[in-house]
Amino acid sequence: MRRFALLILLMLMLPAYVAADQANVQGFDTLEEESRYRELISELRCPKCQNQNIADSNAPISKDMRDAVYSMMQEGADNDDIVNALVDRFGEFVRYKPEVDRRTILLWATPAIAVGGGLLIVAGVVIRSRRRGEQTDRLTDQERSRADQLLADENRSEQS
Amino acid sequence: MKRLLLFIPVVLVVILGIVLFAGIGKDPNHLESALIGKPVPAFTLADLKAPESQLDPGIFKGEVSLLNVWATWCPACRDEHEDLLWLAEEKGVRIIGLNYKDDREDALTWLERLGNPYQRTIYDPRGTLGFDLGVYGAPETYVIDAEGIVRHRHVGVVNEKVWKEDLEPLFNQYGEGA
Repeated sequence: MRRFALLILLMLMLPAYVAADQANVQGFDTLEEESRYRELISELRCPKCQNQNIADSNAPISKDMRDAVYSMMQEGADNDDIVNALVDRFGEFVRYKPEVDRRTILLWATPAIAVGGGLLIVAGVVIRSRRRGEQTDRLTDQERSRADQLLADENRSEQS
Repeated sequence: MKRLLLFIPVVLVVILGIVLFAGIGKDPNHLESALIGKPVPAFTLADLKAPESQLDPGIFKGEVSLLNVWATWCPACRDEHEDLLWLAEEKGVRIIGLNYKDDREDALTWLERLGNPYQRTIYDPRGTLGFDLGVYGAPETYVIDAEGIVRHRHVGVVNEKVWKEDLEPLFNQYGEGA
């Protein structure tokens, strides 16, 4: 019974899913073109929404942008042309991958800075502990002879 | 030295606090227009009231104006309509309308019933000029200077406060030069 209910539930969800996907369907001559289109619309951000790409968004502006991407592709524009055309109209906001320039260099460099900083800290800890290890290893001649003496005493007391 | 290192978390938390505090009250829906300082995109579209006459960016030349993007399907546009009428009639502001993705009959009925604050209204049923302007939600209002250069965009309803604080200073600034 429960399995049946689950099946019904799944069947109810199916048409909605198909309908949602329908919105993105455009005619393409080749599969490469279609996957290029899908990639483009998933990398462009809907200006009306807070955090959705234009592939997922139902906002009318996203529909317009998808149509614009499609018609520019049909006219033979390459990916840069298409993205730039949309950035010229809607601003850098629509790019999920911001361009590397003076304003965004810090953003792009953050992972490298974090990794570099982490390596420096690890290196610092290692060097410091190694140095400390060396220091405790070093005994003056006086200390060494005293240690030998102590060990010798210990051995003797154990034997007796 | 060791003791100073203990303060690092405190410093980090204070910096994080400053960053977060700076974000309070900022509207995440507000986007700077990509067209600030650029001319109004080229267009040739019919006049809403006179379908046979074509309008182009030339209508912005010679006088600083507001470009108001509106539609009959947009409830917030109804909200700001009174204020636009006030601006046009009391303040003598030149307002150009951009009727965006709308039906001509509906739009004409709306203007007849509520009054017409627009000197001219561009009829853009397919939203092509809206798209080139980067309109992402009506109503939007642009300040266009006498050279036809976009100087400011306001997203959302225009009211007395918005006019006094945002639009009027720009209007005076660019109006004087003309």
